[in-house]
Amino acid sequence: MTPPLFRVRRLRKEFAGNAVLRDVDAEIRRGEILGLIGENGAGKSTFMKILSGIYEPTSGTLELEGRPIAFDSPSDARRAGVSIVPQEFNLAKDLSVEENVFLGAELLKLRRVLDRTGMRVRTAQLLAELGANVSPQDRIEGLSAAQKQLVEVCKALAFDASLLILDEPTTMLTRREIDRLFALMRSLKARGMALVYVSHKLAEVKAICDRVMVLKDGELVREAPIAEIEPPEMARCMVGRELREIFPPKRKAVGPVVLEVRGLSSPGAFTDVSFTVREGEILGFAGLVGAGRTQIAEALMGLRPSSGVVRVGGKEARARDAKQAVRQGFGYLSEDRQGSGILTGFGIAENMTLVSLRDYASLPFVIDRDKEVAKARTWRDRFGIKASNLAAPLESLSGGNQQKVFLAKTLDPGPRVVMVDEPTRGVDVAAKQEIYRFLAELAAKGAAVVLISSELEEIIGMCDRVVVMREGRIVGELEGNHVEEREIMYMATGLRTGANA
Amino acid sequence: MNAALSFLQRVDKERYAAFVALAILTVVSALLSPFFLQWQNLLNIIRQVSYTGIIALGMTFVIVSGGIDLSVGSMAAFVGCLAILVLNGSFEAGWPEGTAVAAAVACAMFAGLACGLANGLLVTKGKIAPFIVTLGTMALFRSLSLYMANAGEFRSASSLFGELGSSAPLGIPLPAFILVGLAAALAFIFGRTRYGRYTRAVGSNSRVALYSAIDVDTTRLAAYTVTGAMVGVSSVLISMRFNSVGSSTLGVNYELDAIAAVIIGGTSMSGGRGTVWGTVVGAITLGVINNMLNMVGISPYLQGTVKGLVIIGAVFIQRQRQ
Ligand SMILES: Nc1ncnc2c1ncn2[C@@H]1O[C@H](COP(=O)(O)OP(=O)(O)OP(=O)(O)O)[C@@H](O)[C@H]1O
Ligand SMILES: [Mg+2]
Repeated sequence: MTPPLFRVRRLRKEFAGNAVLRDVDAEIRRGEILGLIGENGAGKSTFMKILSGIYEPTSGTLELEGRPIAFDSPSDARRAGVSIVPQEFNLAKDLSVEENVFLGAELLKLRRVLDRTGMRVRTAQLLAELGANVSPQDRIEGLSAAQKQLVEVCKALAFDASLLILDEPTTMLTRREIDRLFALMRSLKARGMALVYVSHKLAEVKAICDRVMVLKDGELVREAPIAEIEPPEMARCMVGRELREIFPPKRKAVGPVVLEVRGLSSPGAFTDVSFTVREGEILGFAGLVGAGRTQIAEALMGLRPSSGVVRVGGKEARARDAKQAVRQGFGYLSEDRQGSGILTGFGIAENMTLVSLRDYASLPFVIDRDKEVAKARTWRDRFGIKASNLAAPLESLSGGNQQKVFLAKTLDPGPRVVMVDEPTRGVDVAAKQEIYRFLAELAAKGAAVVLISSELEEIIGMCDRVVVMREGRIVGELEGNHVEEREIMYMATGLRTGANA
Repeated sequence: MNAALSFLQRVDKERYAAFVALAILTVVSALLSPFFLQWQNLLNIIRQVSYTGIIALGMTFVIVSGGIDLSVGSMAAFVGCLAILVLNGSFEAGWPEGTAVAAAVACAMFAGLACGLANGLLVTKGKIAPFIVTLGTMALFRSLSLYMANAGEFRSASSLFGELGSSAPLGIPLPAFILVGLAAALAFIFGRTRYGRYTRAVGSNSRVALYSAIDVDTTRLAAYTVTGAMVGVSSVLISMRFNSVGSSTLGVNYELDAIAAVIIGGTSMSGGRGTVWGTVVGAITLGVINNMLNMVGISPYLQGTVKGLVIIGAVFIQRQRQ
């Protein structure tokens, strides 16, 4: 029998004495998509970072085609044929898409000269295959988070790898982009490539993977061919207990209107948008990537210029800047956690109180640290944030745990209008359940919640009313029983328009 | 050396590395020269580093907020010229000497603040890179001082002014008192107040700060203004010291010493991280090095070489720790 492409033996990784991976044995085979799942902080990304040369293992060995191998650097791993789509974007924001895609592995002609045309053509081809609405010459700076995610995927695909690792590549993508990505993954698999797919979207894992491995607290607790394991069972292995009813029961909101938006426009982003959100309501915003949902939230937050009428509780509330918006009761969780959400060098508590710092000042300007830490502790317990201590810098937290800190930061000021953009990006099922409950509770306490998500399941599970957007305009609204996947997709893609309530 | 390096890498990050380095340097200096640890020599070092040290305190805020201020040296000369003009003017107008001195000090503070504010406004409202703005004002302030003094110097007409400069309450030079007092105040602001937190937030990621409803422009503006005020203080003290202001000599290379102190103190040049006390330690470290080189009789022309190596070494060690 030929050896598997990769084999790891007793792989162990410790950070400052804390074991994050505990003696993991695993193999990765050619022509197979391996699903890797586990709670936030289980060690999935750490494992993948070791395979791709970003971290060195504390102990244990790596074998490539039966021969021991050690990677000194990511480029070392790359030369050995390992390519990774990292969980956190790693793009040079001042460079163009094509420059990023080939960064460090530029195509050359006549040995020394950059083969610009070659790179452009190849990038355009990859982007087209993924259905990304991006041009190779666009600068990264101006792209949305979903577009950046697609660029990361292109970057990993740009050279011939024998192992392709995808660490939560679909958190920002909608069904259409995901389908394209999956088609691409299947064709790579057919060509004999080995793929590892890390995700919290268990239905996707079921759909695309051939084999699943479950990590829990750094240990491999379950391994099974896909046919033998269903998503509920996966969830049970991950969190160690039964999870029923991810979504809280829906309530029909009958309270007064809290947020009223009339004829809001922002040049180049969206036009003539009108909607209302009632007290206690969770209003969903659905649409394809680039439909303008995020931009509406940014405009309401005073982060982009807009014209039109915005009222909160009947009072004029169109904000000039974020500070004013927060004062008027807006809270916004952006889709781009790294780019505009959290400070990776700041501690957990410091991040959580960044927006609401005013509330922690004992004298007008002096921060009451005890109060701050006490509050941070309640958030940590509430969302089950896994971290050594509250002063730990966010860069040492796993992606999902960072997201939970971000959510706490957004909610800490106690906003009346809560706008969340991909709130459960990268969080595990148990935490998702907790976040959904929390949002429902917020609404029950009288907040108006706007939920923007590319995960239709989430929108359908949480919202009694959904607004669908396409190309910067609201194309329809669904309510009650009409909130279902086909209807939403028809509207979002332009196959059908109109209200349907 | 290797042992020292690995020891440095193990001590708690930003916080203590600079202190440890200074401690090692002090021991080495004490071994090299028996005079080093004499009270008078130590006081001398403190006095010498105070002038740029005070400026470096403000510079810490600017660098942590993600900026840089190259204009501080020229600004010190400009502010000093104005202060002496006000001093002499009011003295000659028949004001009591004490009042005239007070007027000069107030003028320096106000002028420094205004200059800093101008830098800050150009950076925030004008949206011009800090390096460029302050490169411009560096030339501008120096040229204005040269013009005012016709490239010569302004002598103060008040002897009280000069006496204050060499005064030493409780046997400790006045500038040292002021350095420590200001450092304590600014360290408190930096570590314990909202403004300090915001400064770090803006420096570590201004986009995140913007989305977090932090007034990014005001925060950065304040950093330049604080620096301007520190330049005002420093400029008065150094003018008192010589009881005159040389328009072409005062403040030359201060920007380099201030930036060096901040960096040796462990503040990250890319913003977001740093400490005020680290900067004080950085400033003292530079002073100790100069003093030691003088005592062992190394050519003053070579002292710059050592300073340069220390700066590069400090940043190198920071890199290793990341
Ligand atoms: N650089 C680091 N320093 C210290 N601890 C770290 C570091 N990187 C990761 N950790 C810790 O290692 C653990 C595993 O992190 P990892 O990122 O592998 O989790 P994960 O399974 O990918 O989680 P998620 O689903 O949230 O992405 C976490 O508890 C995290 O806090
Ligand atoms: Mg991860």
